[in-house]
Amino acid sequence: MDQLLQHLVNALVLGGTYALLGIGLTLIFGIMNVVNFTHGALYTVGAYAMYIAAVGLGMNFFVALPVAVVAGLALGALIEFTLLRPLRGADIDTTMLVMIGAGIVLQSGALWIFGGVAKAVPSPFPDAPLQILGASVSWLRIFVFLAALTLIVSAYALINGTRLGRAMRATFQDHDTAALMGVNVSLIYTATFALGSSLAAAAGALLGPVYVVFPQMGDLAAVKAFAIVILGGLGSITGATIGGFALALAEEFGAGYVSSGYRDAMGFLIIIAVLLVKPTGLFARAERIG
Amino acid sequence: MSTTTRLASLAALTLALMAGPAVAADTIKIGVNEPLTGAFAASGTYVVNGAKIAADEINAKGGVLGKKIELVIEDNKSNPTEAAAVAEKLITSDKTPVLMGAWGSSLTLAVMPKLEEYEVPMLVETSSSGKITTSGNPFVFRISPPSALEAASFAPMVKKIGLKKVDFLVINNDWGRGAAGDFAKMLKAEGVEVGLTETMDQAAQDMSAQLSKLKSSDADTIMMTTSVDQLTLLFKQMAALGIKKRVITTGGSQNPDQIIAQAGAAAEGTMHLTTFLPWAPEKTPDPAATKYFLAEWKARGHQFAGATESFRGYDGIRSIAAAIEKAGSAEPAAITKAFWDVKMTGLNGPIAFAKSGPEGKESGQSKPTVYLIKIADGAVSEVAL
Repeated sequence: MDQLLQHLVNALVLGGTYALLGIGLTLIFGIMNVVNFTHGALYTVGAYAMYIAAVGLGMNFFVALPVAVVAGLALGALIEFTLLRPLRGADIDTTMLVMIGAGIVLQSGALWIFGGVAKAVPSPFPDAPLQILGASVSWLRIFVFLAALTLIVSAYALINGTRLGRAMRATFQDHDTAALMGVNVSLIYTATFALGSSLAAAAGALLGPVYVVFPQMGDLAAVKAFAIVILGGLGSITGATIGGFALALAEEFGAGYVSSGYRDAMGFLIIIAVLLVKPTGLFARAERIG
Repeated sequence: MSTTTRLASLAALTLALMAGPAVAADTIKIGVNEPLTGAFAASGTYVVNGAKIAADEINAKGGVLGKKIELVIEDNKSNPTEAAAVAEKLITSDKTPVLMGAWGSSLTLAVMPKLEEYEVPMLVETSSSGKITTSGNPFVFRISPPSALEAASFAPMVKKIGLKKVDFLVINNDWGRGAAGDFAKMLKAEGVEVGLTETMDQAAQDMSAQLSKLKSSDADTIMMTTSVDQLTLLFKQMAALGIKKRVITTGGSQNPDQIIAQAGAAAEGTMHLTTFLPWAPEKTPDPAATKYFLAEWKARGHQFAGATESFRGYDGIRSIAAAIEKAGSAEPAAITKAFWDVKMTGLNGPIAFAKSGPEGKESGQSKPTVYLIKIADGAVSEVAL
């Protein structure tokens, strides 16, 4: 019973960050239709920005967090402006190759600047975990979970409840009509990519202190993010959120009760099963045909 | 393009091709096949930096056979397929007569068929899977302890520490599974109960599921085998889950000072089997060499934490140089033969290769000293074995 509860708590805490990774990617991959191979690298950048701010510059943990998110936002905007804007209208394969290249540059850049030895970001929370009915969870992870939920809800509200969000949805539904209605389409592209990137950076900045910060940390994160987005359905924030929690539950219980060696396989088995039944994912966005 | 330009470029190309081997003849090349990117980037980089210290030291003293040694360093990306490709490139394109590598057991095992194919020897500096020296590859010479040897060195300590029941949590590859098997065998022979064996992917960052399972087991001790970064994560996640069990790590890739720096209080009380004592140079088999190495390591601006890893690169290159010296020539066959005659004192004990594996195709295995250390009050101390 203790063990069951512990697995459940672990899955909840992990699911929050998976969901955050997923919604950042679903905005870019699902809505913008850019296969974003820099997502993992931006996650890494967020973690290193957190490290520089908190350890290098000695900032307070809670000040360093938004700094890292802004760094991700700025880098995302820069990538969109310099790499994607000139390629607008190019086919999906071309952009994909450019994004793979950009991802490699960012990862190798991190290795070049910081070296391969992992860095640690100290946590401002007490070391002793919180005990609930025999299950333990660290204060840092509770904070990360709450912060992730806040970001997810904010992103949802931004997309569905604001003028900017409406402009975003309009632009990616019908680019020309949106432009005719007075939407600054170029700005919307940059804003969407920057927003998605900042969410990846936020996930990195939140998880950097939980794990350790190293140049390849984004590889696994990116694989999970793509899996979550495909599971949840392209472009759906609700889908990505539920997909994130579903993946975490599958991994946690798969590792706990089936075999820890196949932990990562469990998540992908679920995805295969879902795609067999519902090929567009759990919560696919309604597509306009023709 | 005119005929003249074509002829001129042909001449230039020919000259360039001829110049290659001409330059190479002035040095003796040693191929270094290490993970410089990927999951084991930190450890592989340490080993390479240690190797460079040895090469510079040897060259400052006049080199080997009157020639300078030259390290040809290639990155195997922590990936077995790449490790085999790198070995092929070093042997066929760089014409290195001897290699050092490849850090991880799975990486080394992937390289081994290439050694047999091209009949080029390799000094194995870190890997600890038993299979490496028991599968009948006569081109392998290992200075790191296989896990069975590590387990045997640890056996006398088992009762003194008071181990009753042990669970394993290991990296899911040849290294981790090999260590769990060898240690379980030794523990059973010592009358200790063996419980669960949990594994984790080499790239995994969240091991909460495995740890939660171990938390509810009735074992008093968890033995862990993996690289330093994953150990750091494990200790932090153990603290978060409130697990208070005895932890003993194996494999010698723990870099305890890095763990102390990154895991902090979570690393308190953990015990580690290691093969080098940089914290007490006077207790090592060759204090003068240890002190020289540590001073040089510091002078080059490397972190002290890396010394427990980098000394293998240093000893590895020194062993290779000794073999080349004994061989009297830089030919692979002569070097392979000469490895059997190497007798020197490494930073962790005598380096001399004993025959291991099926008769007629034996690999060389040296027997380094194994130490048990403990992290207490943020510092490392030796637990007397």
